[in-house]
Amino acid sequence: MFTPERAIFTASLLLAAMTGVSLAETPNFGKPIDEAAIANWDISILPDGTGLPKGSGTPARGAAIYAEKCSACHGDSGKGGIAAAVVSDKKIDGISAAQKTIKNFIGDSTTIFDFIRRAMPFQAPRSLTDDEVYALTAYILAENKLIGANEVMDAQTLPKVKMPNHDNFIIRFPDHI
Amino acid sequence: MARSSDRDMRGQTLEAAAGNGLINRRALLGRGMVLAGAMGAGVGPAAAGAEPLADEPWSLEVGDPTPLYQVPSKFEAKVVRTLSNPNHEPRNSHSRTPHHLLAGTTTPNGLHFTINHGGIPTIDPDRHRLVIHGLVKRPLEFTLETLSRYPMTSRVSFVECGGNSAPMFSPEPMQETVQALHGLASCAEWTGVKLSTLLEETGIDPKAKWFVAEGADSPHLSRSVPIKKALDDAMIALYQNGERIMPGNGYPMRLLLPGYEGNMNVKFLRRIKLVEQPAMSYYEARTYSPILPNGKAYRFYFLQEVKSFITSPSYGQTLKGPGLYEISGIAYSGTGRIEKVMVSADGGQSWAQAALQEPVLSKAFTRFRMPWRWNGGPATLLSRAWDESGNVQPTRAEFVAARGQLEKPAPVLAFPNQHYNSITSWGVGSNGEVKHVYA
Repeated sequence: MFTPERAIFTASLLLAAMTGVSLAETPNFGKPIDEAAIANWDISILPDGTGLPKGSGTPARGAAIYAEKCSACHGDSGKGGIAAAVVSDKKIDGISAAQKTIKNFIGDSTTIFDFIRRAMPFQAPRSLTDDEVYALTAYILAENKLIGANEVMDAQTLPKVKMPNHDNFIIRFPDHI
Repeated sequence: MARSSDRDMRGQTLEAAAGNGLINRRALLGRGMVLAGAMGAGVGPAAAGAEPLADEPWSLEVGDPTPLYQVPSKFEAKVVRTLSNPNHEPRNSHSRTPHHLLAGTTTPNGLHFTINHGGIPTIDPDRHRLVIHGLVKRPLEFTLETLSRYPMTSRVSFVECGGNSAPMFSPEPMQETVQALHGLASCAEWTGVKLSTLLEETGIDPKAKWFVAEGADSPHLSRSVPIKKALDDAMIALYQNGERIMPGNGYPMRLLLPGYEGNMNVKFLRRIKLVEQPAMSYYEARTYSPILPNGKAYRFYFLQEVKSFITSPSYGQTLKGPGLYEISGIAYSGTGRIEKVMVSADGGQSWAQAALQEPVLSKAFTRFRMPWRWNGGPATLLSRAWDESGNVQPTRAEFVAARGQLEKPAPVLAFPNQHYNSITSWGVGSNGEVKHVYA
């Protein structure tokens, strides 16, 4: 018996046969899009450096950008203000999250780049160039004595920066991964 | 010869389920007359001399016109969320659900808790896009209109912030309402498209073990989620309690990961990227990795573990004299259904099983109730939940032994640690005042 549903079903089988792709029995309303068209949104960085863009920055360049765009909230030299400190030698003692700093807690250097690029400055996210994000990341790492004062941060050097707390985490529920 | 029900009606001690006035929950279930008989025998006020009933003004005139979208009575104006950032300062903003003023299991949309990290974006639904890409065979772009044409599923699910109940890490009980302590959890019916349906269309590269979800809000909030959850019960939610999702809850679409910490249920969802490794974004690398007493920290906690709390009576309420009360509260587990809730009125010395309101749904609020006759003396009310997987809500001593506590109280709006699910205790004084206590 001919029904519209059967016609659609037959058509999808035919399409699957023609394209060699096993199309699921779903509406297929998704519009194909290539990665080039997604690039501007694709700002996820993985800890191994996957996704890091071209460009570079130095702590010195970062210091100037920090003073102009970050210090109003994060304080002079990253010591904290209405927003959290980004430079600190505080050690963790007890369970209070208020003690967490970049140096004593964050396990991967790429997290810093990723967060600045997607969320900062608070009032103007996505306004920094990739070079500026590298420079700010370099500045924060250098002020925390995690890299040298003149080290250049780019897609190759940033993922290699060793974070002191990297190996101090316990996966809570491994069976959920 | 007296029948057993007669004995029930006359002999109040036969109704006792546990110490200090807890009454068998079966008194609630279709045996109201028995209960009334047991409690009220010979103590009801005399009817003679009662005030004659008069018509009130609202019964003698035509009422208000019908609004397009109705809101609660003006007499309910105090039933609102509390705000952590009412002046919209440049930081995150929480609103908490007033559990002590609600009943049942569904959180009204206007009272659902929210946390937003850069304000609430005003998203034009016609211009919003969701892309799924990365380790897929075919990257695809969806609009709200196209997603709305997919087969839908509905499920009731609680959403709870990983930092809910954080004031309970304080070494002394903070005198705060259940709204302040536990208001970052709510429960709604969510309707949308299973993520697995969309992934069937994009195809999944076998190398993909995680996906990164990202919002269209100003912080572009991003979390990494195991593919396992995507293929289980993850949903792209489009509706909240039957209407489009509230702006603060992620309009026009959000990721719903039933049972997982709220922050992972990415709102304003615009991008899903399948990847081999977690991205270690800010919120998984820092905020929702709780520090442990030994200096290490948990990572990828995800699960909102079994929890319950009594919403009535609770802190800030005053009992108006001895007599019959209903102890009522909420229980839920990110693992599945609630199996049972036990209630104590004597600080945990004796326990009785509470009645659970049907239907008891997986990863959803479950209302529990327990009849209680307050004798006017001190009482300490506790609830403790078990889920169907056998997980039990820890006592405070057990919880503190495993997870620690703060050296001194933190501000009630701070998030000094995460994933607290121990027992909440309310102390009832002889004056009827309810305090927060650690029992």
